[in-house]
This record gives sequence, C-alpha cells and structure tokens, in this order.
Amino acid sequence: MTEVPTMECDLAIVGRGMAGMAATLFAANRGISAVQVGMIGELIFASGLLDLLAVGWREKGILERDPWAAMDLLSKESPKHPYVRLKREEIETAFEEVVSFLEMQGLPYSSQTGQNTEMITPLGTIKQTYCAPRSMLAGIQALREKAPCLVVDFHGLTDFSGKQISAALQDKWPGIRSARVPFPGNSEKRELVTGDIMAETMELSKNREDLARDIRPLVNDAHAVGIPAVLGMEKNRDILEDLRERIGVPVFEIPTFPVSVPGLRLNNAFVRGLGEKAIKRLGQSRVLQAKEVNGGAFVLTVGRREPEMTLRARGVILATGRFWSRGLVADRKRIREPLFNLPVHQPETREQWHRVDFLDLKGHPVNRAGVDIDDCFRPLDGSEDPAFERLFAAGSILAHQDWKRMKCGSGLAISSAYKAVEAFWKMR
Amino acid sequence: MDHSFETQVLIIGGGATGTGLARDLALRGIQSILTEKGDINAGASGGNHGLLHSGARYVSSDSAVAAECRAENELLKKLAPHCIEETGGLFVAVAGDDETHVADFPHLCERAGIPATRLDIQDARELEPVLSPDTIAVYQVEDASIDPFKLSLENMAQAQALGSRLFRHTQLMGFTMGRSSIRSALLQDIKTGEEMVIDPEMVVNAAGAWAGEVAALAGLSIQILYSKGSLLVTDRRITRRIINRLREPSDGDILVPGGTVSILGTTSVRVDSLEDIRPTPDEINLIVDEGSAMIPMLAKTRYIRAYAGVRPLLKPEVEENDRSATRGFTLLDHAEEGLENFVTIPGGKLTTYRFMAEKTADLVCERLGIPRPCLTRTEPLPSTEAGRWSEPGLGPRDWIRDKNPENPILCECEMVPQSIIRRVIESITAQHERPDLQAIGLRSRMGKGSCQGTFCGKRVLAHMIEQGDVAGEEGLAHLRHFLQSRWKGERPVLWGDQLMQAELKEALYCGLSDLERYPRMRKA
Repeated sequence: MTEVPTMECDLAIVGRGMAGMAATLFAANRGISAVQVGMIGELIFASGLLDLLAVGWREKGILERDPWAAMDLLSKESPKHPYVRLKREEIETAFEEVVSFLEMQGLPYSSQTGQNTEMITPLGTIKQTYCAPRSMLAGIQALREKAPCLVVDFHGLTDFSGKQISAALQDKWPGIRSARVPFPGNSEKRELVTGDIMAETMELSKNREDLARDIRPLVNDAHAVGIPAVLGMEKNRDILEDLRERIGVPVFEIPTFPVSVPGLRLNNAFVRGLGEKAIKRLGQSRVLQAKEVNGGAFVLTVGRREPEMTLRARGVILATGRFWSRGLVADRKRIREPLFNLPVHQPETREQWHRVDFLDLKGHPVNRAGVDIDDCFRPLDGSEDPAFERLFAAGSILAHQDWKRMKCGSGLAISSAYKAVEAFWKMR
Repeated sequence: MDHSFETQVLIIGGGATGTGLARDLALRGIQSILTEKGDINAGASGGNHGLLHSGARYVSSDSAVAAECRAENELLKKLAPHCIEETGGLFVAVAGDDETHVADFPHLCERAGIPATRLDIQDARELEPVLSPDTIAVYQVEDASIDPFKLSLENMAQAQALGSRLFRHTQLMGFTMGRSSIRSALLQDIKTGEEMVIDPEMVVNAAGAWAGEVAALAGLSIQILYSKGSLLVTDRRITRRIINRLREPSDGDILVPGGTVSILGTTSVRVDSLEDIRPTPDEINLIVDEGSAMIPMLAKTRYIRAYAGVRPLLKPEVEENDRSATRGFTLLDHAEEGLENFVTIPGGKLTTYRFMAEKTADLVCERLGIPRPCLTRTEPLPSTEAGRWSEPGLGPRDWIRDKNPENPILCECEMVPQSIIRRVIESITAQHERPDLQAIGLRSRMGKGSCQGTFCGKRVLAHMIEQGDVAGEEGLAHLRHFLQSRWKGERPVLWGDQLMQAELKEALYCGLSDLERYPRMRKA
C-alpha cells in the first residue's frame, strides 16, 4: 500500500449536511482546530426552511404553533427525543449563531419570533416552519392576510406548477391565482430544471427586465407575486429588490422539489463562510475507515474511493445522516451504522419498520431508529456507557426522532451539533 | 333509478377471463356489459408473473393442464404476438434438489407432449451466466413472457369496439331473482354512488377470487380457497429466459423477465379473507432466500417493488395442499341448481384464459340459442391505443421521434413524455371514465421505475390540474391515493437503495409538504 499523508486535528466532523456544517461552524467559532470531511451533502435536497418542531405528540400528531409547547409535549410523549436533552436557551443560542452567520454571508433568514409560521409548499399544501429565508417572507405575509396574490411559473418547468398551487389553495385563499410566463432566454420552451443554471440566468439584469415585462401586465390586483425559488444564488437579495421595483409589488420565492436552490444557497454560504475561518474542509471525500487508537484518539482513513489521507483527531462528531447519505445502512434483516459499527436502536424485525399506510400520522417506526446517546450526545455502546470517550453524534442519525413528521430537521441538526461541539469543548 | 340497460350477457369481473370472454362473445356478434369493481386485472390477473407456461411446470401434478397450456401457448404466440415476448425458458435444478424428480422430468414432459431439451450445464451457464455454480441439471422449454395488462386492455378494447360496454369501479350490489333465473342486477358506481340496473339474458360470474361472494348474491354457495402469492420486481432484467426451479412447485422458484425488469415469485399462503391483500416483508425475505439458491445474485439485487395476487382455487373434495390443488378450470353451470341463466367460471390460469373464455362462451351461446363458432382461435388480437403504452421502450421511442420541446418527459425513470400521458388520459375519458393517477399508471409505465412515483406523481398531477382533468383540493386526495397504492408495493422491499429512495420520498411529501395532514379521497 502506498503511503498517504497524515493530518492532525482536535476534532474531525464527518458529514456535510446541516448538522455537519453547523458543527463545523460552532467548532470554528470556538477556535477548535477542526477538519470537516464529507461528500457534497444533503443540502441540495434541503428546502432551505429551518424547521424547529411542530409536532410533539406523535400518536395524534397535532401541529403546534408554539414549538416550545410542542417540546413540553415531547418530554412526556417521547422522552428519549434528543431535544429532551437540550435546554431552550441552548437551542436558541445555537439557532442564533447559525442564523447570524448566514446573514453575514448574505443569506438572511426571518427573525426568530419564538413561534412557527405557516407557508405554502410546491404542492399547494400549507406547512409550518420556524425560520424561513427572507426571500419567502412576502409569501408568508400574503398567506396570513389571504391577500390577492399571483403565483408565476415558467414554460418548460415540469417540477413546479403555479396552477397546482393555486388550485389546491383556492378554498382557503380565494385571492390566489396563477399564470405561466416564458423563462428569460427560453422562448422555445425547452425543458427546464431548477438549480444553479436557472439561478444564474436571473443574475443578469437583462433577463430580469424580460421577466418583469412579462409579469407586469398580469399583476392586476395582486399584492405580491410568488416565483419558484430560483432567483439567483449569491445575489438573491438584490434580485428580489430589483424585481420588486420593476414589477411594482413585493416578490417572494416558493420552495421547490430538488434540486433546491435555497438548499444550494445554504451549502454555498457555509462553504464560503467556513472558508474564511481557520478551518480545514476536505470536500468531496469521505471517511473510508475509522478506528480508535491508544489514548482515545481516532485515526480516520479519508478519500473519495481510495485512501488519500490519514486524519488523526482527538474527537469525532458523527453527522453522517440517515439512509439517503449512508450514515445508516440496511439489509433485509438489520440496520447498521457502518463507520464505527455503533449499536443502532431499531424495531425487532423488518416487518415493523414501516406502517401499512405511507401517510399514517403515527409515522414509521424505522424513522425513529438510530444512534442512542448520553447527555453529552455521545453514542452508547449498547449499555448506558458511551461507546468512545470522545465520539459524538449530531443530526438525523440520532434515534427517537422522526424529523419528517415532527418537522424538526434543521432544528435538531443545529442544536445537536451545538451540544456535541460544546461537550467536546468542555472536555479539553 | 338513474340508469337501466339491457344486454345479452352481463359479465362480472374484468380480469383475463372476463375481458377475454367479452371479446370472444363480441366476435360472435353477442353484446355484453362487463362490470368490474376495481380496474382491469385488479385481482389475480394482474398479480402474477406474466408467464405464458409451456406446460412443463404441471407435468407432474396435472398432465391435462400441462397439455392445455402447451396448446394455448402455441396459439397465443401466433395470435397475440404484441403481448408476448418469446423468451424461452429453462428448468434448473441445483445441488440438494430432489434427484428423482429431476430424473422423472423429461419422461413426464414427453408423456404430456411438452418439448423439453436437456442442456449441458456449461452451455446453460453460457446462455444465462447468473445461474448458480451448484446447478446440476437444466432443461430448455418453450415458456414465454406475456404482459397481462396489455392482453386484457386489448381484449376489452376490441370488445368495446364491437359494441360491448365496460363499467370500471362499479360494484355489483345485488340481483333481482326470478323463479329460475336472474332477472336483473343492481350496480353502483363506487366513485359517484350512481346506481344502474342491468337486465341481462345471461350472467357470467368471472369474479375470480370474489366468485363466491358474487354467487352468494344469487343465493348460491361456491367454496373458494384463497391462496395468496407474492412477487418481486427487480430494477433491471436479470436473465434473458424464464428460469424455473426444477422441483415440485414451491416458494420463490420462478424468475420471469418482462421488458426491462425481472419478476421473482411466488409464495403460496392460505388467507381467509380478500381484504387487505398485500405482500409482507417476511414473504419477500423467503422469496429472495429461495430464489438466490437458483441465481445467487438475487440476494444482492435491487428490488423496486412487490405485489401480491390471490389464486382462487375451487375447494377440493379431499384436502390437499394448495400447490397441488388443480390449476385447471371447471365451468359451473348453475342450471343444475335451478338458475338457468347463471354461469360461474372460477379458478384457471392466465395461460389458458382464452380457452376458458371459449368454453364459457360456448355454453352462453347454447343457452341463448345462438350457436355461433368461436373466432378467438383464429382471429389475431388487434393492437390498439388502449394497450399500447404499457410496453417499456415505446414511450421513449415515440418521444425521440417527435422531439418536440413542448413535450417534456414527466416520468424520468421510465421516460414517459407528456404526450403519452395525454393520450392515456384521452383513452380513459373516451371510455367515459374519470382519469386518475392510478389508472394512468396501469395503462403506461408511469410510476413503475425506481423512484416509484416520487417525481412523476407530482408532475403528472400538475399536468392534469393544468388541463382541467382534476380540480382544486381534489388533486391532493388523488396524490395521496396514488402514493398509498405505490407504497403497498414498496413497503416489503425497503432495504438498501430502495430504502434510501423511500426516505427521499417521505422527506418531500411529508417533511417539506405535510401531505400526511391533507384529506383522503372522499368515498361516495
């Protein structure tokens, strides 16, 4: 075997989703010498919304406007949920640290009011979220007021339909209507997919002029205009302002199915902002193998397919996510954690993984499978003891939560990453 | 009463037999109404391998059935070639299989008149490299794969073109009985609640596993055994030929290629009720374990979904096991029980559906006093628009040929463009039916690929809303219904890559969209 270079650090963060990014940020802000490893992550699939918690009572699955009230329910209904190990101040502090960082990176979010807010989705359903990109705020307001509103979509974009949204909402919001316009530069109506190409198209002033010219005559009584979330990458804020001026009413973005531009913006903001900090990121690489050596340190073999580097770290934060990102893997019989071979809390047999009804309000038991932790967010070894002294876990790999149904994805990622970094920090 | 219709023959059940009978009668100039409570092939006709048997599977259990299969196999290859792929088949024994059975097999085939050629094992493994290294015997037979949906859609389409009528999603509520006959049947449209009265001269009960329930409405008792069989669909085609295990019929012993995928099955589980028929993870584990003895890579293959059908078996006089219960058919003429215009055709198998329809139509003709000869033995089955788009590969070819920028692909896994979805919707509305996502999925490749409707479900619904096929919030109920029906097949195969796929689907529909909180399809 050929020799590969060795790198040393205090803390290795494995994963580039929201939990991995947040953990890297927290580590950087605390001056910890940290290295992040991970393939381009799930953020491409992230809606860009920062959910905290909307469902605390899983059996009836009632939506709560107050996420803190939902958390009180959690401690009774789901006492092993990772949130139960966190204080409200910790969660708020963690959120604040991430949101202010994103603001600095030109990706502003709505201020935290302490409450969930309703917003429209690409299906025309209404969902609750805690903190939305500021580019979506005018839509949240229009929905709240049920003000006359126009949703615009583009010829050739099969993944986003204004009519689908307005038709589904018609009964609740009679003032919403839709219209289809050409996407700038696509008069021949070629097939379009959401993503950076559409976003970059919107960065050119000429294209915005064309778009505004097509939308303006359709506005009529609308108080706001909703557009699929493709309005630029880094210049999103300026583009929205520019379109507002040209069209004459506030413009807002509506989340899309993947590829999600608001997710890409999050990814880019983290990459950019973390690049300015004293932190190393090994992009497009993964941990191929991990082992603990004498004295409780870890040796990680890192590379894309072949080993390219050896990373020695005093601590590791495991933020590898669930099945989609292979933080957990399943065969026909069992669910495993492939990197450290940690015990995985899971239903007895595969028969119990999923409910018969896809949309069952109780959620699928397999979604609560994952890694059990102690109060320092250290994975357990199968008993009550941590598997390793300085191995921590954050994000969706954690057991006893169902982020899709409880609406707690980003909040869990951010606050568990915070707690894991703090716990490591205190051990030094 | 909203509607009443007169007809020569009322057929109950839109499976292979019912639709085959509708065509057979229509070709004889006899008009019928077919009523089906679900959609075409909703029961066992849709829940099988799609295997056109050579007959070899039945040589040890029932040589008469084997010979019937052989004859129909030859006939259908000639008359319905567009529904059939002449794959050929192999019977394969592996180390540990019953060697007496292996030794008897060629003699039994010969006795039943089924061609079977012994292959050298090395040659067989060159033909099908995935066969187990533990293979001990291989015979080549004339099995073929058949598309049961296409077959039934085409049969029905020709019957309709000749004046017969089809009511889908229409439930038989009851009969009005005369002294020695059924006078009329009361039907109800499940979606709208609308009622219809049918005055038939003859009634044919072709309700498959539900035949006992239909007979009970006429005051008769038929004992039907329900044997559930589950099957798995792989993400790609594993073999060129059909692979049968050379042993007594058992679990997970047949792999059938169909278009771009292969289908592995089955199980035989006795069930007491027809409610909630679905494949379970335990059955799927068993099928994969058994199948991989024959083809080891089946243990590692990606499966995209599973499904189950119920074999209706006539209760035998003496108890025996379900695998050996006869797969042949009996025509029950209820004149013997005092009902002169009522016939039941239970049991049977896909391969011999035409023969069953012929025998039934013969009896119907005799009762009607219209002695006309059967034409399905000689008339080719026409290829029509109705059955066209279920064929893999046809959509993409059509799309590439037309290359129109305003005709986007709506289902990427199976490359189904908007134009084909439109034509399928039109073929449904032409039959006076309201289109929905499931009906479109049944008649095209939409939703059948590895994403199982994650992206195409939303896209096709958007297209339908934009075209005015579906209105308002109803669209969300349609979507829920579609996702639930896909889920039935996904749930048992969720491990590995397919579990990742399901996680993404739930993230989009529940995590992002909160669809779990939206209304279900309203029942009429």
